[in-house]
Amino acid sequence: MISAQYLGMPLEINDLDHENLNYFAYCAKHEFRLQRCASCKLLRYPPTTACPWCSELVSEWVPVEGRGSVHSYTEVHHAIQPAFKPYTPYLVLLVELDTQSGVPTKEEGLRVIGNLVRPDGVLAPKAEVEQVGIGSRVRMVFTDIAPGLALPQWTIDETEAGGAPWRYRE
Amino acid sequence: MPLPREDVEATTPKFLRDKYAIVGVGETSYTRGSDKSTRALASIAVRNAMEDAGLKSSEIDGMLSYQFNDSVFSPFVAGDLGIRLNFYMDVFGGGSSTEALIGIAIGVIEAGLCKTVVIFRSMNGFSQVRIGGTGVRSAIPVSGDMMHSRAYGWQSAGQMFAPTFMRHMHDFGTTAEQVAHVRVAHSHHASNNPKAYYKKRVTAEDVVNSRMICKPLHLLDCCVETDNANAIIVTTAERAKDLKHPLVRIRGVVGRCCKPRADMHYQAGPISTVAGHYARDILWPNSGVSPDDVDLTGSYDAFTFTTMLQLEDYGFCKKGEGGHYVSDGTIMLGGKRPNNTSGGHLCEGYTHGIAMVIENVRQLRHDADDSCPIGPDGRRQHTYDYREGGCRQVKNAEVSANFGWAMPGTGSAMVMRRG
Repeated sequence: MISAQYLGMPLEINDLDHENLNYFAYCAKHEFRLQRCASCKLLRYPPTTACPWCSELVSEWVPVEGRGSVHSYTEVHHAIQPAFKPYTPYLVLLVELDTQSGVPTKEEGLRVIGNLVRPDGVLAPKAEVEQVGIGSRVRMVFTDIAPGLALPQWTIDETEAGGAPWRYRE
Repeated sequence: MPLPREDVEATTPKFLRDKYAIVGVGETSYTRGSDKSTRALASIAVRNAMEDAGLKSSEIDGMLSYQFNDSVFSPFVAGDLGIRLNFYMDVFGGGSSTEALIGIAIGVIEAGLCKTVVIFRSMNGFSQVRIGGTGVRSAIPVSGDMMHSRAYGWQSAGQMFAPTFMRHMHDFGTTAEQVAHVRVAHSHHASNNPKAYYKKRVTAEDVVNSRMICKPLHLLDCCVETDNANAIIVTTAERAKDLKHPLVRIRGVVGRCCKPRADMHYQAGPISTVAGHYARDILWPNSGVSPDDVDLTGSYDAFTFTTMLQLEDYGFCKKGEGGHYVSDGTIMLGGKRPNNTSGGHLCEGYTHGIAMVIENVRQLRHDADDSCPIGPDGRRQHTYDYREGGCRQVKNAEVSANFGWAMPGTGSAMVMRRG
């Protein structure tokens, strides 16, 4: 059982939730790993018990590069969780990993959720929030929450210039 | 005996088409602060539906409801009203439930488990468990699959659906101003609905100038949170012939049809496509009608965007043209195919979809409960003057379609017809 407080929320991963325990154990070491199906060899996200493509139960946790492009996003101005309010507007990013993009079919990809954060894992300030949109290049960093628990997050990838992202027009 | 070939691709065999009817509808008032338990609200709504149908408690023997751990269960409502049940079931779920439960009602009556089923949804969505996700809902621990959503401040319906809405704007150039016209239309309709919680007409400028909640949703792109209960009674059309209202027959239903990866549909794109893309291939063949045959729609409006996306993916316009469809006057009263003539969830009140079915039943009876005068025969004399405070009856309404929405990846649908 992993239990911690983060931004006013109790987070809990119970002892029976082996898939999430494994996933977050790697995150705690700042490693991003996903399950790879023993049968069809496809990676999957989020953690699941069986393979979404072939129903195989056996998988192994393999390292995956935490880089990708923003596939879609929302910019939250009215936070539901009170402890998020000081960080508004904050971004929730749906990031399509470079790994396995367009596989097994053109419209599929590993689309990993995260907030836009500073490299140290704290929710990004408004000036950075306003730079990011669909198409932005991002890299994974981790927000350390407690011993044994970290959340995978996204920060602007300074190594790639890229074109102007698509942003909601005010 | 083999099925006729044309039924192989249909989930509803043709012999069920038109065999069942909705014979009673009822609700409580729409408030913020009902001062009643969900048990009391449900009992009042079911009783109103029984009175509407002209059915006694002894003539109802089935009950279905849906909820999110926020409501009363069927045995208590049946007990309150003296209904002895031969069948009941209370299921977990929200906006994709009404049409799905109507399908289940047809199934259990057809299977001989009972004869007449009442379906209800009762909620104090403002004063107890707030539908927007604040209060008790946001206090529960984040665990399991929520570690990949709520832990990121990604939890309310608007926040969860927004990546679909944004991607539609990105992919097709859909604008906030176009989609704002859904609120405009529904607010005009609500102004002619004495039951509606918000009756004030708004403009597209009002919508896009209201404060941002989470992009692309402004405050007025979002529905209202209210306290209310609603009920629907389903039985065979044969039995319904003896009842007092014009028959409203069920042509076909789709229940909780899903995109791939219903657990996290964003893994399977295009994410600007919603479950209606799949559901339409069940709905239209089963119903034996096409979008062109439909006189009015009830497309779920938890948000302006949900109405638009479903009308597009069920095929009322080409893919990508939903923004144009909802802003060119088609969905307004007096337009070619009005949507949510009650004002819907954006304006009338939030009911997880059931009120949109109730509205279309009244429309198909030609008995929308607006402010038009009641004639000597006890029926409303509709003026078809849709100015503020006036009529909201759609002229010559014969066929309606409802599109329930749980999330972008899951939806339900139903076609009904008059007579």
